[in-house]
Amino acid sequence: MSTPTTNPLLRAWYDKETRSVIIQIIAAALIISFFAYIINNAVTNLAAIGKDINFGFLWQNASYDINQTLIEYSSTSSHFKAMIVGLINTLLVAVAGIFLATILGFLLGIMRLSSNWLTQKIAYVYIEYIRNVPVLLHILLLYGVILNALPRPKSSYNLNDTFFLNNRGLQMPSPEFESLFWVVAAFLVGGLAFSLWFKRYAKKIQDATGKIYPVGMISIGAIVLLPMAVYFLIGSPIVWDVPALKGFNFKGGIVLRPEFIALWLALSLYTAAFIGEIVRAGIIAISHGQTEAAQALGLSNSFILKLVVIPQALRVIIPPLTSQYLNLAKNSSLALAIGYMDVVATIGGISLNQTGREMECMLIVMAIYLAMSLLISSVMNWYNDRIQLVER
Amino acid sequence: MTMTKQTYVPGTHPSLPPPKGTTGIAYWLKMNLFSSLSNSVITLLAIYLLYLAIPPAINWLFLDATFVGTSRKDCAPDGACLAFIGERFNLFVYGFYPAELRWRVNLTAILLVVASAAVLWDKIPARKYMLWFALAYPLIAAWLLLGGLGLESVSTHLFGGLMLTLTIGVTGIVCSLPLGILLALGRQSNLPIIKYFCIGFIEFIRGVPLITLLFVASTMLSYFLPPGSTFDLLLRVLIMVSLFASAYMAEVIRGGLQALPKGQLEAAESLGLNYGQSMRFIILPQALKVSIPGIVNTFIGLYKDSTLVIVIGLLDPLGIGRASVADSAWLGLSTEVYLFVAIFFFISCFGMSRYSLYLENKLNTGHKR
Amino acid sequence: MSEAQSNSTNDLCIEIRNMNKWYGDFHVLKNINLEVSRGEKIVICGPSGSGKSTMIRCINRLEEHQQGDIIVDGTELTNDLKNIDAVRREVGMVFQHFNLFPHLTVLENCTLAPIWVRNTPKAEAEATAMEFLERVKIPEQANKYPGQLSGGQQQRVAIARSLCMRPNIMLFDEPTSALDPEMIKEVLDTMVSLAEEGITMLCVTHEMGFAKKVADRVIFMDEGEIIESNKPHEFFDNPQHDRTKLFLSQILGH
Repeated sequence: MSTPTTNPLLRAWYDKETRSVIIQIIAAALIISFFAYIINNAVTNLAAIGKDINFGFLWQNASYDINQTLIEYSSTSSHFKAMIVGLINTLLVAVAGIFLATILGFLLGIMRLSSNWLTQKIAYVYIEYIRNVPVLLHILLLYGVILNALPRPKSSYNLNDTFFLNNRGLQMPSPEFESLFWVVAAFLVGGLAFSLWFKRYAKKIQDATGKIYPVGMISIGAIVLLPMAVYFLIGSPIVWDVPALKGFNFKGGIVLRPEFIALWLALSLYTAAFIGEIVRAGIIAISHGQTEAAQALGLSNSFILKLVVIPQALRVIIPPLTSQYLNLAKNSSLALAIGYMDVVATIGGISLNQTGREMECMLIVMAIYLAMSLLISSVMNWYNDRIQLVER
Repeated sequence: MTMTKQTYVPGTHPSLPPPKGTTGIAYWLKMNLFSSLSNSVITLLAIYLLYLAIPPAINWLFLDATFVGTSRKDCAPDGACLAFIGERFNLFVYGFYPAELRWRVNLTAILLVVASAAVLWDKIPARKYMLWFALAYPLIAAWLLLGGLGLESVSTHLFGGLMLTLTIGVTGIVCSLPLGILLALGRQSNLPIIKYFCIGFIEFIRGVPLITLLFVASTMLSYFLPPGSTFDLLLRVLIMVSLFASAYMAEVIRGGLQALPKGQLEAAESLGLNYGQSMRFIILPQALKVSIPGIVNTFIGLYKDSTLVIVIGLLDPLGIGRASVADSAWLGLSTEVYLFVAIFFFISCFGMSRYSLYLENKLNTGHKR
Repeated sequence: MSEAQSNSTNDLCIEIRNMNKWYGDFHVLKNINLEVSRGEKIVICGPSGSGKSTMIRCINRLEEHQQGDIIVDGTELTNDLKNIDAVRREVGMVFQHFNLFPHLTVLENCTLAPIWVRNTPKAEAEATAMEFLERVKIPEQANKYPGQLSGGQQQRVAIARSLCMRPNIMLFDEPTSALDPEMIKEVLDTMVSLAEEGITMLCVTHEMGFAKKVADRVIFMDEGEIIESNKPHEFFDNPQHDRTKLFLSQILGH
């Protein structure tokens, strides 16, 4: 009879290192065999109905139209091109959504912290309503309101005969850049470069003499006001293709379709509510003692915000803000509920139905979203690591 | 400079009321709404915007609205046409469940409240038996809803409405809890294979939209199952929803595990408990208790996300609403229908999140550090 | 009742006259009258809730008073922002919980206000900061972050940070109450050496040894009133009021 200390097998089991290796080997074996099992099932089932895993269909004719494209596309283009169009549409609404949601979200957060009771409560009601209703419902409601409330092209809402709002979308003039526009562009780039240089220069001056220059104002002047002045001075070198009503519809200019507008607005308004709460939590997280210490030193309110509160609040705000950006990108997949042709609606919808290639199409869609998630996460994680507080 | 009228011997100064104009309604108004010029302008602007928005909304939704009727024609043109709510109410709640068997759904709902109370309410009488009941509840609920074993069978195609939402939500949470615990523990593990597998799974699920997973459930999942077997659509959806929820649940529980002081595990180990025992008796009970608000929030999220099933053909309240809109009697009513479903979700989710806040406060005071 | 120093009625740093403060309906400071001469060191003690922290926080307008006057260095404290800023430049404060800025180094904590409030050139601000960091005996920590320092070190940095603005008056709000016992001495030593240099100090504290060593006057507050105010040896050996006697027996008993 062997005792635990002399039986080599048992001794191996009780040894911590060996046991962990054994467990991992068992776990790996289980995982691999599970995947092998289901993949085998898949292959068998597919073979039984005559399908295989083949991405060749991507180069076949798509045979369907897409109603909003940023690049050249027709029904004779390939499925691959349709996928690209869908991807561009997804990125468009995601980036535009992130942009608008951030602005609205920070505004909401500040409103929630306002000393004005009314603004506080209005923001609160808005946030609670948005957060407690599913995003799909927000999208459908907004789309329904846009379609129902907006008039037909013949009686569009008209801003200055250049912008038209109707139930076919927002018609805007599209710019055609004349050659002289290079001058304006040069001033734009120059203005950017100048403000970057000026920021450094002003800091040097402040270090040396203590004098503080208004960097913000001067930057706005260089980047925005000066190029605008130049633009008008040299005779406005942009020709605007203004939309005009021809028959039942508008010709010319660019149109933002109601599907895009509805999805973009709904996603932005939805995510802004969550961002507002994140901003509020971030600013509240900075203990009141920090503000008091800064006040006791004689710092003015704007400097207290800029030098003490906001740098610390950003550290608290960035991680959950990243999650919200990711959620917005993923929620854009609901586009197919209102007919916006994003990547799920094209390659994961129409292409999938036409070719019957469910596996391949779903794999492509998931891979695209995983790549987007990974990209957004990595950027934010990198930024987050950079601004971490140093502690013992 | 104002001076107090009397001087007092030190130690005898009474507490006087504050001077006029520093308390009371007028003061509150001044401080909160009109404290400065810009503040006053904002207040007036806000009041104006509210005046523009609220009275017309109240008119449309309540004063001019029609609440009773059998079709669109019965509704007044200026107000909301809410008559469909009464007409279609049973559909919204029970879906297409056979009318004479609806008592089973009601019973399931009542027992759900009982089971939840058993889990969430500390001072419930006969706690031990109630917890066993809560454990057995999923089986009881499945039996009641699906039938078999003495009860008439009901096909899952007939599930719909609020009943469907709750089925998906509750099943999702209940199944995702054990899975989430395993994933959370695995993620913390020192064994690389297990750790990276768990991380990979969690990040994959959290990186793709739920809608793609639902598509997988409806089109592709059957390929991965043994040849010749057919799984119910609802069952496939429940599987994917559970997997989806388990990834988020894992993160919630991970937060709960991290909230525990390190000393707990060390104390357990120094007492001689092995891994399984430490987890079962010391770590998990505490971590789960701390995670309860997070778990409730995940449930609320799942509850809202369940509306996505309309894209694969299951009819939750939103789906029922849309189907009603297509019905010739109520054609064209999409705004009212969506608004009704939105308000339904708002009331239920707001209620649940208030409860979650209450739970969080209650647990915080018990866990003073 | 307050007792003015007889030889410096023409050099009053702080004058508080008939000051009353309410939090809502709660009368927290009752008819405070206090005169502080330049260079005077005052220790304020009393049970918790007596309003002592509130009172000194009124001096640099971290709290607002509803009745009465507070005049600091000739400037009256009202809602006028210019006056408030002027007062805060001349009054330094050290808090119970240090309130160092965790995202800035020790050196940056000290140079922040001189650079952004007094528009001091960076080199000069850093030189001043190093000078005061040496005074509080931790110059080698200049490039560390507050999170890397012990409590006693952090409080000393907080003192240096306030001194970099070269204030005329220093307020201390229970500076050692949040410190571990072994670190209290290093902070108190710093405050003693500061006192010996002649700066005007108002210190809310329970450290009676410090009071005996350094204070020109000890003030006892209870329930929002100043009950007693006297030179230290008279205050501790010969308390006049019953409540003072009770408090002293509690605090000096152990």
